[in-house]
Amino acid sequence: MNMTYREAMRAAMREALQQDERVFLMGEDVGRYGGCYAVSKGLLDEFGEERIRDTPLSESAFVGAGIGAALGGMRPIVEVMTVNFSLLCLDQIVNTAATLRHMSGGQFSVPVVLRMTTGAGRQLAAQHSHSLECWYAHVPGLRVIAPATLEDMRGMLRVALEDPDPVIIFEHNALYNREGELPDDVSVTEIRRAAVRRTGNHISLICYGGNLVKALEAADELAKSGIEAEVIDLRSLRPLDDATILTSVRKTRRAIMIDEGWHSGSLAAEIGMRISEQAFYDLDAPLARVCTAEVPIPYPSHLEQAALPQVATIVSKAREVLGQHV
Amino acid sequence: MSEFRLPSLGADMDDATLREWFVKPGDTVKNGDIVAAVETNKGIIDIEIFEGGTIEQIMVQPDEKVPVGAVLALYRTEHESEVKRLTPEPATHPFNKERASQPERTPEPESTSAEAPLRKRISPAARKRARELGIDPDTLSGTGPDGAVTLDDVLAGAGPAAPVTKPATQPELSRAGMRQVIAAAMARSKREIPHYYLSTTIDMTPALDWLEARNTQRPLPERMVYAALLLKAVAMAVKKIPEMNGYFADGQVQLDTDVHIGVAISLRTGGLVVPALHNVTKKSLDQLMPDFFDLVDRARSGHLRASELQDGTITVTSLGEQGVETVFPIIYPPQIAIVGFGSLVDRVIPVAGKPAVRRVINASLAADHRVSDGHRGGLFLAEINRLLQEPESL
Amino acid sequence: MTPNMSADEIKALVLEKLLQVAPDIEPAQLDTATPIRDQYDFDSMDFLHFAIALGQQCQLEIPEHDYRELQSVDGAVDYLVKHSNGNAAAK
Repeated sequence: MNMTYREAMRAAMREALQQDERVFLMGEDVGRYGGCYAVSKGLLDEFGEERIRDTPLSESAFVGAGIGAALGGMRPIVEVMTVNFSLLCLDQIVNTAATLRHMSGGQFSVPVVLRMTTGAGRQLAAQHSHSLECWYAHVPGLRVIAPATLEDMRGMLRVALEDPDPVIIFEHNALYNREGELPDDVSVTEIRRAAVRRTGNHISLICYGGNLVKALEAADELAKSGIEAEVIDLRSLRPLDDATILTSVRKTRRAIMIDEGWHSGSLAAEIGMRISEQAFYDLDAPLARVCTAEVPIPYPSHLEQAALPQVATIVSKAREVLGQHV
Repeated sequence: MSEFRLPSLGADMDDATLREWFVKPGDTVKNGDIVAAVETNKGIIDIEIFEGGTIEQIMVQPDEKVPVGAVLALYRTEHESEVKRLTPEPATHPFNKERASQPERTPEPESTSAEAPLRKRISPAARKRARELGIDPDTLSGTGPDGAVTLDDVLAGAGPAAPVTKPATQPELSRAGMRQVIAAAMARSKREIPHYYLSTTIDMTPALDWLEARNTQRPLPERMVYAALLLKAVAMAVKKIPEMNGYFADGQVQLDTDVHIGVAISLRTGGLVVPALHNVTKKSLDQLMPDFFDLVDRARSGHLRASELQDGTITVTSLGEQGVETVFPIIYPPQIAIVGFGSLVDRVIPVAGKPAVRRVINASLAADHRVSDGHRGGLFLAEINRLLQEPESL
Repeated sequence: MTPNMSADEIKALVLEKLLQVAPDIEPAQLDTATPIRDQYDFDSMDFLHFAIALGQQCQLEIPEHDYRELQSVDGAVDYLVKHSNGNAAAK
């Protein structure tokens, strides 16, 4: 069936709402407006106000309510409009959701699913465009996942809802309008393992979420000059699937991490360190990364694009790592 | 301000001595002007400047020796204002790439330059493989980023004929180096492995009689030493008590079905190596003896193979020839057992109810208590004893 | 080795073979009357090498029970003098 990423997530939520009466959706403008990115459009009519709940503009309040509902036995899906706004409910997520199992000696679970958009590229300026996934990937007690394919957008939610602990799903806003063919039988996909999206022997391109599209395009470009890039889609940002990453890097002996976060303290940095710790003697070139420039994301389109990882920068970095001067 | 640097005047040039300046501060220069003469190992060469401007400051005086890339003078270009400073980007400066692709030269101690010659770039994977293949990676030319030697360069350098498992010759260990290796292994063993010790006395008379009868029929080079019988008996006993053979590493036991006996061999220059005699159970005594002979020879002449130094699954040490009766051996980690043999001695022991003088040997076992218990260890020594009473079965 | 070699020549030969097997031995310090293994690290493998070398050089089949006569340099020289002459006579 042909559909957009937006429709795939909507279908996933519809299925969850139909199958489990403990599931409900809440967030800013998710009901009448149909969601800021129109992901939940139509769900209010179908499921009613009890289960599709518009909230006040207070992230701390409604994420806290979601955590409370999860503690009370519900399976809330809480939509935070963008990861930039989630800083207002950081305390609820980091100090409460992530810690309660530990602090209650295992007595309490917080089975909440938090959905957030992330990423730049739509000229939404510095307060709506940052990629702060790695801040959450830093925190024990959270599972952090990022769908990059249509199948994962459709299938990850259900697995996330089955998790007894808090799960954050990062949806890159540039993906929503993309269309693709979704097989009929996809309703659950893996969220624990990274996926090899393209195999190759010369270099590993390690990415997630919105950058998978760019990495695959870069791999196509590299293939024209005989460079076979392997593309790893992390899927899970916490915990990281070291095994898949290392298997690939031990084969290709070279790796580039592609991450829309800033270089400093990025997931790319963490992955690079893990490779260095566990596969140093298998490396044939310095590890490299393509990240976002260390600036607040600019508003003007040309500057915004210049700040972000691009196909051309991935390609040229790959050639550099392979010792091909261009 | 711009920097006028010593250019590379050939791939083999690392440095030069400034001989003469043709300009002085305040002089105006234009693109292509000869500004200085430098002496390289090829002779005195005039060098040009490729940008017009005004010389501001001379940084290197005549007779000073400086490396390629050193700043010789500062100048202001025609378009530069007084305050604007150009930050040079060393990474993109051509001399860097050229230098990186050159073999490393011994740094000159008298050099005052901050730019020490770069260590030759060799990737970790390349360095590791080169060591395994016994190749000096410094002799290879690199095709990787910045001229780094990569794994492919090493494999190409090894030549197509070199099999992947080409035996590496034993690394030349100095006496001190070998002492360090032994120290590390034995300290680790005593620190990590809870040893238990057992010992028993074995009547060797039947085995020695059998051996003598066998050797009488053979020319000297085909005769066997009794140590070969001991090795074979240990290997066959492992078949019955497998928890003596294998490794304990990362909290896990890994028993081996093949028996590679590490043979403790003392070296004339001092020190000890424990190369493995491969697949002892699968070899007849006729095959085992020449292999054993060969192993000892190569151990003493420094021609062991890497696999022999790594593959041992159980160790046998025989200190008997130095005249000690009993050995209390230390397990060679990560192995899980070691068998020690003392010297052959004449002892009066009861045979069929009557005292008899027999040739006996003391066999001792040190085994890892995390892997096996004393009862099994006892059965193991008893099995070695039983096998040696029936030497024809070995 | 030829039948008419002198005892001194045979001794030089024995020392040469011994040093091939155990290069660390100092001939000047070696007591030729005392068993070699009492003075140097000289194990059964070394001895076997030594015996093989002597046997090949003198075209002698040295039986195992004669090994004890080869324990010292002097013993080896005596043994070779005795047996090689007989050997030569047999030819």
